[in-house]
Amino acid sequence: MELVKSITTPVVLDYDYITGRAQSRFLRGIAEGRILGQRCVECKRVYVPSRGACPRCAVRTEEEIQVSDKGTVTTFCIVRVPSENLAFNPPYACAAVLLDGANIPFMHVLQECALEDVRMGMRVQAVWVPKDQLGPTMSSIRYFKPIAEPDAEYDTYKEHL
Amino acid sequence: MRDVAIVSFAQSTKARETRNEVEILMPVVQDAVKRSKLPRQEIGFTCSGSSDYLQGQSFAFVGALDAVGAWPPIKESHVEMDGAWALYEAWIKIQTGDVDSALVYSFGKSSPGDLPEILALQLDPYTMTPLWPDANSLAAIQARAFLEATGKSERELAQVVARSRRDALANPYAVVAGEVDVEKLLNEPYVCSPLRAHDLPPITDGASAMVVVAGDRARELCARPVWIRGFDHRIEPLGLGLRDLARSASTEIAAQKAGVHKGVVDFAELHAPYSHQELILRAALGLGEGVVINPSGGALASHPLMAAGLIRIGEAADRIMAGRGNRAVAHATQGPCLQQNLVCVLEGD
Amino acid sequence: MAQTEAEHEAPLTAVHHLEYAYRRSVGPVLGRFLAALAERRIEGIRTARGRVLVPPAEYDPDTGDANPDDFVTVGPSGTVTSWTWVSKPRAKQPLQHPFAYALVKLDGADTPLLHAVDAIDESRMRTGMRVRPRWRSEPKGEIGDITCFEPEA
Repeated sequence: MELVKSITTPVVLDYDYITGRAQSRFLRGIAEGRILGQRCVECKRVYVPSRGACPRCAVRTEEEIQVSDKGTVTTFCIVRVPSENLAFNPPYACAAVLLDGANIPFMHVLQECALEDVRMGMRVQAVWVPKDQLGPTMSSIRYFKPIAEPDAEYDTYKEHL
Repeated sequence: MRDVAIVSFAQSTKARETRNEVEILMPVVQDAVKRSKLPRQEIGFTCSGSSDYLQGQSFAFVGALDAVGAWPPIKESHVEMDGAWALYEAWIKIQTGDVDSALVYSFGKSSPGDLPEILALQLDPYTMTPLWPDANSLAAIQARAFLEATGKSERELAQVVARSRRDALANPYAVVAGEVDVEKLLNEPYVCSPLRAHDLPPITDGASAMVVVAGDRARELCARPVWIRGFDHRIEPLGLGLRDLARSASTEIAAQKAGVHKGVVDFAELHAPYSHQELILRAALGLGEGVVINPSGGALASHPLMAAGLIRIGEAADRIMAGRGNRAVAHATQGPCLQQNLVCVLEGD
Repeated sequence: MAQTEAEHEAPLTAVHHLEYAYRRSVGPVLGRFLAALAERRIEGIRTARGRVLVPPAEYDPDTGDANPDDFVTVGPSGTVTSWTWVSKPRAKQPLQHPFAYALVKLDGADTPLLHAVDAIDESRMRTGMRVRPRWRSEPKGEIGDITCFEPEA
């Protein structure tokens, strides 16, 4: 009798997910083509996306700040490994973008640039879907692309790596 | 052994929250820390209990740290268990002398998913989960085994429910409370025989938090600290067929190791999400008819999964702190049909 | 721009659909149990102390010792030791009409197995009743090769 070596155990679960107040405001801002963050009343840091809390001070964040959709690449990696459900074909650059006005970087994908040109300090801008396709979803931002601005000085983002 | 005391406790419960986990947890943690009078920077260790399966996102528990203020970096740990086990880990860490105080918190939203189905994922993945037995069905199998082995009746289950709901009227955190007639309960249809809807735990979203401190510092902070005099937990095999479902052997051992009967037990807070389990646990702990069980209303009145066990300990501590008892037993459970059980003996000065 | 309570809108909701499949190595003990199921046989393992565990386990839960390589064919019939009635089955459960989950102690086994019983009506279920397996027409080497148990006549 040949022993069974393995079994496949599928898991399928559905959840009625309710997002938080701050996250809802953030997504509603995205639907209007705006990127919103929140400033902590104690340490004054601006968190993007809005998260409702300052992780350093453990207080609620209430003050809403709109940040630019332009920013600086603080770090990045090149994704080469194929996987299911990817929106982009590998290889592609995944970048942490410090949006102008924010204290923490924002994760997204770079397109419209050669992979070998991606570098820390590179200035980039969000490419949005057409106005009539905007919705309360991160996919309203298609990707970030490089813009013709000089690279940001290391000192301007070294605290945000 | 170092003496460790509970100096504060806070909780939040609701049948269905529209807030997210951080929004629920932050005020609870702030409340517990503020009432402890321990400055946040002096807290030596932070330990949490929760289960990512309630959110359906791996590492979901990390997001909760937004509620806690992990800066400057803190000594922190997490267990995929009820907060009662996070308390146990914190207590052990204090015993090693590595820290002198701890913040313990737990949280969970049961309402977003189909919780009884989700809990099939805690079973043997080869021979049990593929049959997707929901948690209520398994509890009902245990209930029938218990009733048939002991000769106890469905009426006695209904009496547990009626008493719990009546006592819950005095508990602002109960999501189910009220005067209800035992006959009326028995006339309700079965949901999973022999259990009826009221024998099952109410779906509840919530959080709880507690601060514990070692030694005399506890007396500096709190007029009536509640000392942990005994603390133990035991686990039984996962396979239901390998266990005697009519009794809780692990609770019996934990009770003995925790020294439940080294003194008089004024009252007990037992984590019995299903009515029949209170009877099993009462017997396992050797609590006589005179001992008041679940003056808070217990898990039948409010059951935020992953926080409910820590809430038993916190409710017991609050009662002792308020002078309504001096020595109590608190219990927490995890796993299918009382697989794993924790016993905590508490005493005021 | 500060937010006031009055400006809060209802939070956004969405269905979060989680789906994944793991391929799990089963090891030699379960590997044998599942292979036997594919041949329409149920096997248990006998511990050093002589207790027949079904499903078979790698280690003796009483002593922690590794169980010897002593497999025993049990059943196919067995006795229900406890049960409950599922009046509204969930989509992933074994049967899509009301059925029982039960612990079934197969003849020759010392521990009962959890499975479903297709009793059609709750009134047919009782502790102590005799049941036998209904086998899946195309075996896969899984616990589901037993579709369910059914009452013996």
